[in-house]
Amino acid sequence: MAVVDTGVTEVGTRPLIKVEGLEKRFPVASHWFRRSHSSVHAVDGISFELARGESFGLVGESGCGKTTTGRLLVRLAEPTGGHVLFDDGEGAATDITTLRGEELKTFRRKAQMIFQDPYESLNPRRTIFDTVAEPLKVQDACPPLERLDRVSRMLEMVGLSPPATYLFRYPHELSGGQRQRVAIARALIIEPIFVVADEPTSMLDVSIRTGVMNLMESLAERLGISYLYITHDLAVARYMCSRIAVMYLGKIVEMGDTEAVLQQPKHPYTQALLSAVPIPDPTATRAPVRISGGVATPLDPPPRCRFYSRCPIADDFCRDNPHPALEVKDGGQRVACYKA
Amino acid sequence: MNGQSTSAPVLRIEDLGMYYGTRSGDVKAVDGVSFAVGRGESVGLVGESGCGKSSIAMTLLKLLPENGRIVGGRIVLDGTDLAPLSEDQMRTHRWNRIAMVFQAAMNSFNPVYTVGDQIIEALETHIETSPDVSMERVRELFELVSLDPGFIGRYPHEYSGGMKQRAGIAMALACEPDLLIADEPTTALDVIVQDRILKELRDVQQALNMSLIYISHDMAVIAEVSHTVGVMYAGRIVEWGDTVDIFQNPMHPYTQTLMSAFPSVTGPKHELAMLGGEPPNLLNPPTGCRFHPRCPYATDVCKTEEPPTVEGSDTHWAACWHPLEA
Repeated sequence: MAVVDTGVTEVGTRPLIKVEGLEKRFPVASHWFRRSHSSVHAVDGISFELARGESFGLVGESGCGKTTTGRLLVRLAEPTGGHVLFDDGEGAATDITTLRGEELKTFRRKAQMIFQDPYESLNPRRTIFDTVAEPLKVQDACPPLERLDRVSRMLEMVGLSPPATYLFRYPHELSGGQRQRVAIARALIIEPIFVVADEPTSMLDVSIRTGVMNLMESLAERLGISYLYITHDLAVARYMCSRIAVMYLGKIVEMGDTEAVLQQPKHPYTQALLSAVPIPDPTATRAPVRISGGVATPLDPPPRCRFYSRCPIADDFCRDNPHPALEVKDGGQRVACYKA
Repeated sequence: MNGQSTSAPVLRIEDLGMYYGTRSGDVKAVDGVSFAVGRGESVGLVGESGCGKSSIAMTLLKLLPENGRIVGGRIVLDGTDLAPLSEDQMRTHRWNRIAMVFQAAMNSFNPVYTVGDQIIEALETHIETSPDVSMERVRELFELVSLDPGFIGRYPHEYSGGMKQRAGIAMALACEPDLLIADEPTTALDVIVQDRILKELRDVQQALNMSLIYISHDMAVIAEVSHTVGVMYAGRIVEWGDTVDIFQNPMHPYTQTLMSAFPSVTGPKHELAMLGGEPPNLLNPPTGCRFHPRCPYATDVCKTEEPPTVEGSDTHWAACWHPLEA
């Protein structure tokens, strides 16, 4: 059978999210009364795709722009440039960066966020039922009389069982792990297809963490959710994500299959980041970390490779040319480096 | 990294107990803890939130909140028992002989004084010194922890997180203590900065032949800094031993779970272990072995009887009824 390229691909093969040149700049004024001339380039023109049912990781150090990216993708922040095409499989993909009013509310039904700190993200004065039922109320997703039933089933799914013992308790009565399960239940109760999870396990103890990680994985499979998983912990990303992107100062510097990036890192920053991760084995030795200095400032960065000032292999070419584009290197991952 | 504790220990803790009084009763945060730290030895205390590891640190320095009290045991630092000392007597030991680096070094500096002034103040409170000598000493300390001496006259907000943590270490080292307690000093830092701080801490420790108690929840960091590891659970040490022994042949089921719950970026991707249940409430800890409600190997005896101390070798023991075979 001849395949005619009509420009339309099957729903199953189209990416759920296509990010194109996404950019977020925060203006910084030198004086209260003066108009700002400089800006922090928090997210600086990044592009990637997230497939249906995929768990895609954004990793990097504090201030690299990973959380801002996550907030842009669920429209908790407004981008200053670029597009995010969201394709829920019903009709054409929509650019969520321009959504307003009712359309935005419909989008929020499909895209949710789980926050890092379960101690801060739950309202201490509301019961677990009120918290988890809130999205149902806002979205008018089910008749009020069915809410109790929906919430109970959701609590059961996140492992808070029997639900009756949790429904009318307050966050302070629960442990960190239980609170994070409540936060997950709140995000998933309106059956989103896309969830941004911002460091969902970094506040949890190791013995609790595995349970929450497994829960998120099994729920994704059962409910058909795609995650954008934001973490500073490469080891956690290894277990949660099929593909990852490493960010540095608002740019993606390396992106590809998780194992490829972690086992054969090509970008000097990824290499440094990996060799800095302590190994839980006292007999193991790590390669020395070869980069110097601290993270540079994203305030009006010069138009060259963002990593130039710390790079151990940079030369004049890197100094005189713009930030390199992502290119496919052997190993399959895409790397933004002239020298790799 | 063996054979560090051949000489008499710098610190010996015997059956130490510290409770926090609350309206609902006593929280037994440290309950019958004993261990020793040799000169130049680095001991890692590892455990999860609420296991009592930070409470031990605060007890050793006797920096307890109003409702915290030592209920028993001895803290013998070079022959002196610190436990019964008054606050005045304690002041001659604290910082001079036993000092601490806190997790939130960012917040442990006063924002309205320069970092240099604060270190000088610490110096002058504890040892007789002249302004010139103190300034020289601060310069030395800055170099010791790889801080630019140009920052001595700067304010804390001008420092980055990693620099503040270095300044915290410099301040703790000001009076050349015999024992440094580091409570999660790198937890709030990014890995690349953490890597450098850990390296500096190790170098300084070796250079000064100082003893170190390193407290962390992070098994990987503990593996890198400690000669000896103590694993804490619910106010007690459940396993103690040489770091390599602990990692290669854990005897306590809790230690084993911690190890295999810890993901690694290198090596084969193993199944991550998980523990059911929640850490116990120390107002009313479980009877018998405190780990029994979550332990996969627990039997009836674990529920009622305190576990015995089982020795795996001269330097390795665990408190368990059913220790794992090496």
